Amino acid sequence: MREIAKMMWKEFSKGLWKDLPPFRLVLGLCPVLAVTKTAGNGLGMGCSVIFVLTLSNLTISMVHKLIPSKVRIVCFIVIIATLVVAVELLMQAFAYPLYQRLGIFVPLIVVNCIILGRAEAFASRNPVHLSVADALGMGLGFTLSLTFLGALREIFGYGTLFGRHCMGADFQPFAFMVEAPGAFVCLGIILATMNALTVWIDKRASLKIEKKRRRQILNTLPLPGADTSKRKRLPQ
Amino acid sequence: MNDYYLLVLTAIFINNIVLAQYLGNCPFLGTSKSMETAIGMGAAVIFVAVMATAITWVLQKYVLVALELEFVQTIVFILVIATLVQFVELFLKKIVPPLYDALGIFLPLITTNCAILGIAVICQRNDYEFLESIVFAAASGLGFWLALVILASIRERLETTHVPRAFRGTPIALVLAGLMSLAFFAFKGMGSYR
Repeated sequence: MREIAKMMWKEFSKGLWKDLPPFRLVLGLCPVLAVTKTAGNGLGMGCSVIFVLTLSNLTISMVHKLIPSKVRIVCFIVIIATLVVAVELLMQAFAYPLYQRLGIFVPLIVVNCIILGRAEAFASRNPVHLSVADALGMGLGFTLSLTFLGALREIFGYGTLFGRHCMGADFQPFAFMVEAPGAFVCLGIILATMNALTVWIDKRASLKIEKKRRRQILNTLPLPGADTSKRKRLPQ
Repeated sequence: MNDYYLLVLTAIFINNIVLAQYLGNCPFLGTSKSMETAIGMGAAVIFVAVMATAITWVLQKYVLVALELEFVQTIVFILVIATLVQFVELFLKKIVPPLYDALGIFLPLITTNCAILGIAVICQRNDYEFLESIVFAAASGLGFWLALVILASIRERLETTHVPRAFRGTPIALVLAGLMSLAFFAFKGMGSYR
């Protein structure tokens, strides 16, 4: 039982940093750019993607053995499209303003590469519980990224966050951020920051390993007086 | 006639499918590393977009609306596109091999290109007539081709320059796309079609 939980956690957590969907795996960029004018829109889009991704991974990992491999992509697309229609109808019923704001990008969840990508790369090769963990992790990573990008653009573009003013009275909105050019530039800068951060973390990790290795070598060397623990401190 | 002129201008410059409507970004960034692939991908998109829009328009009007099944639009459209892409691939391979050699490798990628589905859905949401839809699809495809070719030509020149390490690859392409988008943004002042 613990083994299973551990494996599920591994699949879940990789979507949060190591394979963070829109920033690491540069896939499914259209909704990322289009609906992140505000943090709320990003969150709404992210939640619909979690819904579709989890259910599609669940379904596909259950039925993939029944599908001939030659027609699998088409079958996956049909399953995903059915789920997207369900999301469309649910949103029309319960979140109509959000449905209108997201506009054409709700039906376009069908062609979001992340969903088909996870179906093909993960769900069709792994058991059900791992597929669901993978979908939840990826979906959560996607949602957080979208909300983050949306918050960034909303704060600078409108001076609000989730619709509340947060920048003070004399803040001049930076309209560039909420238009198309701002989306591209913002995403580009975030990707570059991620790259720089990864390089920095790797460097630190390798430095640490290097230090540890050196210490080990020093400890094993038969130097006179290398046994520092027993060496008496000299009186000053 | 004047209307169609405006429709074409709107679709190519003012509401460019990639730079203003954020559709088809994955192939936009993925296939813009060299001029050759950019031209091939752009041509394939124009070709498939026009055919897909024609077929989906007829289906929507005479099957889905007639049977009151508009809510399955998404499923039907994506299936039509997936089938069409396979069919076009086989057809080109048999009948027009030179064209297949040029577009062949890009065709499978097009199924999950949101520009194609996007164009088909936009035509329905804006209630375009049949001819309008075809012209819109062709012009949008042309807009995609234009944006892709411009980005590819910039990226080819970028190869020889010094880009900061963190920006290499996709980040710098996104910043470039942002600058292009800023340039296309200037067309917004010209007004637009509907």
